[in-house]
Amino acid sequence: MPGKLKAKIVAGRHLPVMDRASDLTDAFVEVKFGNTTFKTDVYPKSLNPQWNSEWFKFEVDDEDLQDEPLQITVLDHDTYSANDAIGKVYIDIDPLLCSEAATVISGWLPIYDTIHGIRGEINVLVKVDLFNDLNRFRQSSCGVKFFCTTSIPRCYRAVMVHGFVEELVVNEDPEYQWIDRIRTPRASNEARQRLIFLMSGELQRKIGLKVLEMGGNAVVGYLQCFDLEGESGLVVRAIGTACTLEKISTFPATATHPNNSSPSKDMKDSPQAAPSTLGCRSTHSSPVHSASSRLSQGFSVSVPTLLFAGMKPRHRSSEVPRARQCRQVPHDPHDLVTTLPRTCHPVLHWQTAMTSPAPLPFSCQSNLVYSLKMPLTNQPGFGEEAPGVPLSSGPPTPLRAQTFSSFSPSKSYSRQSSSSDTELSLTPKTGMGSGGSAGKEAGPLKALLRQQTQSALEQREYPFFTLTAFPPGFLLHVGGVVSARSVKLLDRIHNPDEPETRDAWWEEIRQEIKSHAKALGCHAVVGYSESTSICEEVCILSASGTAAVLSSRFMQDGPLDTEHRFEEVVSPGCGFCHIPYDELNIPFPAQLTYCYCCRRYKVPDVLFTTIDLPTEANVTGKGCLIQARLCRTKKKAQGEGNATAISSLLPFLEYELHTQLMNKLKLRGMNALFGLRIQISVGETMLLGLASATGVYLTALPSPGGIQIAGKTPSDITYEQHISTMQKKINDTIDKNKELYEINPPEVVEEIIGSPIPEPRQRSRLFRSHSESSDEVSELDLSHGKKDAFVLEIDDTDAVEDIHALLTDSPTPAGFYSCNTEIMPGIQNWTSAIQMFTSVRVFRLNANLTNQGLNKIFSDLCENLLKSLYFKLRSMVPCCLCHLNFTVAIPEDELIQVAVTAVAMSFDKEQPLENGKQSGEKTLIKAITENDEQLQFNLELNAETSSHNPLSSPKGLSEVGSHLSARDRCSSWIEQLKLKAHTIRRGSVKTTSSLEKASPLPEGRSRSLRSNRSYSGSSVAVVKMTPLSFIPGAKIIKYLGIINMFFIRETSSLREEGGVSGFLHTFIAEVFAMVRAHVAALGGNAVVSYSMKECVFMENPNKNQAQCLINVSGDAVIFVRESELESTSVQTQSATTHTSNGGEGT
Amino acid sequence: MSMELDVFVGNTTVLDQDVYQLWLDGHTVSDAVRIRMEAGALQECEANAEVLHSDTTDQFRTFQMCERLLQSPSKVANQLLFQIPPHRQTMLIERYYEFDSVFAREVLGKKLSKGTKKDLDDISSKTGIALKSCRRQFDNFKRVFKVVEELKGPLVENIQRHFLLSDVLARDYAAIVFFANSRFEAGKRKLQYLSFQDFAFCAGQLISYWTVGAVDNMMEDLDVDLEKDFLHDLKDLKVLVNDKDMLDQHKSLVCAQLRGKIKVFSEMEANFKNLSRALVNIASKLTHTKDFRDLFIDLVEKLIEPCRSDKWTIGDLRLFLKHYSSSVHMLEAFRHQVIWDRYMSVIKSCILKMYHD
Repeated sequence: MPGKLKAKIVAGRHLPVMDRASDLTDAFVEVKFGNTTFKTDVYPKSLNPQWNSEWFKFEVDDEDLQDEPLQITVLDHDTYSANDAIGKVYIDIDPLLCSEAATVISGWLPIYDTIHGIRGEINVLVKVDLFNDLNRFRQSSCGVKFFCTTSIPRCYRAVMVHGFVEELVVNEDPEYQWIDRIRTPRASNEARQRLIFLMSGELQRKIGLKVLEMGGNAVVGYLQCFDLEGESGLVVRAIGTACTLEKISTFPATATHPNNSSPSKDMKDSPQAAPSTLGCRSTHSSPVHSASSRLSQGFSVSVPTLLFAGMKPRHRSSEVPRARQCRQVPHDPHDLVTTLPRTCHPVLHWQTAMTSPAPLPFSCQSNLVYSLKMPLTNQPGFGEEAPGVPLSSGPPTPLRAQTFSSFSPSKSYSRQSSSSDTELSLTPKTGMGSGGSAGKEAGPLKALLRQQTQSALEQREYPFFTLTAFPPGFLLHVGGVVSARSVKLLDRIHNPDEPETRDAWWEEIRQEIKSHAKALGCHAVVGYSESTSICEEVCILSASGTAAVLSSRFMQDGPLDTEHRFEEVVSPGCGFCHIPYDELNIPFPAQLTYCYCCRRYKVPDVLFTTIDLPTEANVTGKGCLIQARLCRTKKKAQGEGNATAISSLLPFLEYELHTQLMNKLKLRGMNALFGLRIQISVGETMLLGLASATGVYLTALPSPGGIQIAGKTPSDITYEQHISTMQKKINDTIDKNKELYEINPPEVVEEIIGSPIPEPRQRSRLFRSHSESSDEVSELDLSHGKKDAFVLEIDDTDAVEDIHALLTDSPTPAGFYSCNTEIMPGIQNWTSAIQMFTSVRVFRLNANLTNQGLNKIFSDLCENLLKSLYFKLRSMVPCCLCHLNFTVAIPEDELIQVAVTAVAMSFDKEQPLENGKQSGEKTLIKAITENDEQLQFNLELNAETSSHNPLSSPKGLSEVGSHLSARDRCSSWIEQLKLKAHTIRRGSVKTTSSLEKASPLPEGRSRSLRSNRSYSGSSVAVVKMTPLSFIPGAKIIKYLGIINMFFIRETSSLREEGGVSGFLHTFIAEVFAMVRAHVAALGGNAVVSYSMKECVFMENPNKNQAQCLINVSGDAVIFVRESELESTSVQTQSATTHTSNGGEGT
Repeated sequence: MSMELDVFVGNTTVLDQDVYQLWLDGHTVSDAVRIRMEAGALQECEANAEVLHSDTTDQFRTFQMCERLLQSPSKVANQLLFQIPPHRQTMLIERYYEFDSVFAREVLGKKLSKGTKKDLDDISSKTGIALKSCRRQFDNFKRVFKVVEELKGPLVENIQRHFLLSDVLARDYAAIVFFANSRFEAGKRKLQYLSFQDFAFCAGQLISYWTVGAVDNMMEDLDVDLEKDFLHDLKDLKVLVNDKDMLDQHKSLVCAQLRGKIKVFSEMEANFKNLSRALVNIASKLTHTKDFRDLFIDLVEKLIEPCRSDKWTIGDLRLFLKHYSSSVHMLEAFRHQVIWDRYMSVIKSCILKMYHD
């Protein structure tokens, strides 16, 4: 009996009128947990009842505490007939089970009814007394903290990052049970809501157990999803990253390096770890590139670049030869497709892995996994029609073919001969860790280290991390994007207790991802996520992430730390994009340049990732949201045939999305994508693909070339004119964009600094010019002559459409920026004004649209939605829409649904001081260090470290880091505040403003409660919501627990509720209100990492009905404004703090 | 091909004040879009008509959803559905309860019943205010009236407390409630020249000096009702005109004061008895409901019109009324000075307010 749950029902307000005769209500409350139910007295004839009940006590297992929600039902007492339900409140008591989270739930919570929406509010008090459970075989996992945030939560420090945790729970969907035919919609909705509550509780508990098993105490980047599989059941699945977190709580802790897991050890073990600037560097640096990391880089280039290289042939080849080639696929000896010819795969470069048909007749019939791994090298039709395409310069080598096949046996590939897939030759070295070349390059110690790191990761089943931002020093190198999709046929889940089929499906995909990452030479996948799209009985499972090389620092304890010292050479601003190829073995001459930051290591020309932009990355100008949108019609089909049709369409879809992304990236003059998220949605007659990412110009990467348009056969003059006008338009757009996003890559710098290693650079130049060498191109090339030009050929309407699509993307209006990542490079001085919003649109299509027509409609839909958002939020200018998260769905045959959740944050127009200083300093450095590159390094590192480690930063450079060190300082103020809060609690209340100021601390709740009761005026506490992990201008001081809520709303009077828009508008507003209320009841004042995971909307206007399901999640937190922190701290400053100010020069 | 559904929900409810006004004015979405376009909304943020339409529809829907709350403004602050900063809440409420004085003038003195609601069509076409807006304003009047009707204590404060309105607006509502409660005749042709503000001022005077609440703040009843005792006592003022000596004495006192000071002295001297009789008669008849309701029409017919036809200036009238009321204090035989002052101070300011073209 390890837990006692106590609940008290205080009062109700704004109740609906339940008795028409008296215009009043006789309300009472049922409080239910598990199978125990308590009731309050009836409070007669009032819309604002004051029950003020006793404490209802439930003595329960902590396992139940985790699984079950507390269920509060408000009813209207009726003497003669059955009592009418007014509505319900489900309270997730999980936050109360963790000592570091909330301690009490208290406040006004909306009473929710699935038919009528919010019907008044109820004031409750909930507490839990937990007894320690020492049972080793326990089934509960109380105390494991969950965070939706995909980075290390702000007031914690990662001691260890254990790795991937996943779990999946299945059940029958109550909506599809036989009983649903005889029960009311309300009963069915409530059964569903309750079931999902239970399932997610169970899921969380099970994940918690896994975390405990791994020795962790928290799950970060917790992503929970529902698959409403209809007839075949309901799946709740979750993934996350298990970590051991430590609260940054004591004062000295802030002084030690927040990212160093074992500071004391550092001191002991390494002489260099003395608080010199050099020692501090360790946290930011990455190891010297050993072979495997280099190889991984090689692939990272290859994904995007090859994509673009593949562009050319695509337009040369007509549909016919492509189709012909498809048929050749099965003949490939490596391909298992032959076992199931119907699902044969038209695109050769897509890796296809067929599983053998499952014993069950309808499950896993068609199962196709492909990925974006190395793929786009072999274009169908490439060799045949344009064998000598200048872009692909690599001559075929037998080695390549060998390695390719040896590496991934299930891969199909057709003609290495014509493609520029030289990088494939590197695969053997990569996958198996440090190959022979590693030894040549780096010291044996490093190779050893690499192996150790790798083995640390290989111990894990899946070296996946759902994190998108990392503690400095954790992410060493970034490979490319890896993704895998699989088309499955759903079948009824026969035994809910054994969700093996679904597990197996995901396992397959994860294996696939893992092998892709390996093939990219990376031992880990970061920014990992999974999703599904379901239409009837077909389900597309998708997983994607970014292959990466990670430091072992957070994965293993101690011993490796010493060795790390050898690797600290790489600047944090560019380290993650380096590709250090062997000079003699440059596999991809066209794509490599020396890092434009450090001039020491090689970098790719384009980088795609699913993670957030690392904070330390050097970026030129600002970023922007880049979207690729695509619609493809599909024949209506059933079952297996349908699955086959979908799987054959998928690769085209994904390929075109990538092409679009690449074009748009070039058009904006940028060279890297972050936060890439490709969503593919399946409907009965079409497939929808939406890729969103944030484009930036990484200073380390070379400036992208322009886009060249070339006609295939320039026969007549008008045609050529047409081309040249288009070319001009494109060039203009690129120039305009460069101006808009302030991309002024310091071309001059090349001359000023000179290249430290001039010869190789020259050489790479040469290679590059080779690669672009088409005469035709260079003639046309007017404004972007020096660089690689990306050639777009127009030979069919398709391509013309593409170009039009490129140019129709309207730029963001003045004063607006947009991105789908957490932060926007180049903007730091956020004001506190934030506005989170959700916008949903559903568009009805006409039947019989062509692909192009569909594309245009879909693209316009997204564009118009964005335009509307800008217009709506125009009062916040200058502002940036951050974390723009688009979700597309095909709810019905001819409907497209687009939902967006994002946050608008305004910022001060003036450039931040730090920025000015930084750039000033940079030019200074450039001037000084013409020949002394090492110095530049040191300086930059100093600047960086100073910002993270207030103790050790030298005074001269401290301004640079002031932005960040301010944060550190704040965390120390929190300690001050806490001390104060303590004294306040003990009774020595000083009636100064400090009480008010300190209140958002744990005591904050009591204040808000007080104000709730005493003052009926503006009593509702403001709760901020944001999809980001932080709140600008504020410090998160406490995480109160995860918010994970699922609501169903149904109506049979759609017109009366304002039609579909009115209905959904109200529902979304209600969901927000409920989230805010629950956060406030936990004592919080904000939700961070908020997301709307699911928004399933169904309507039947003829019957005047509609139904909607929404699932939201986020982290409830308490934040304090930094200004408040500072003003309070002024008093205490002199008393206690000298140490923390060390880092501050000014 | 059409947008089936289009919603935007902010954590903090997004409210555009200009669009709110368009909504309050009862425009349709397409009207509002047109007006916004004419006002140059398209120049902002590179918008197009589609964007504007979507925004307007969305805003209108938001206001519609808020409307239920605005009807009991005290709920706005502690409802959970919309997160609206306090100053925005105040703006929403204040604007919702603001009304067109042209409309209020039309409704003034009418019974706020359903029957009158049918007349809204006529008022709408007469004033050019959209029917929807008329309906909202009328419903606001009715709602405020219903709530304060049953409350004790000072009218203005009650309105302010229950509807969270500004002082100025609360006073206007008090006037409307007062008129609706007392059913003053305000619709006669002869009264047409008077604006809502004129009446509101007079109502304010009456509320401040003649009602129950004026004497005792803690009275049990609605302070919208005039104090019965006072009205009864007014009958005693008849002596001023019935007693010939007193009337003559009063006249000579006033004439002595005004000689040479007003241009219309001779007209005044000739008319004094009529004017005085009119004023006193109005006072003495206020106990009768019918006459009470005709207070304003009587003032116009018996006083304002004669003066106007004699071309009195407002200055003349002010001086006359001043001395007319103060000279009474010198009549030794007259013993109802307090009642007289209470009566005259209000009547004087009302007449002066009403004395214009």
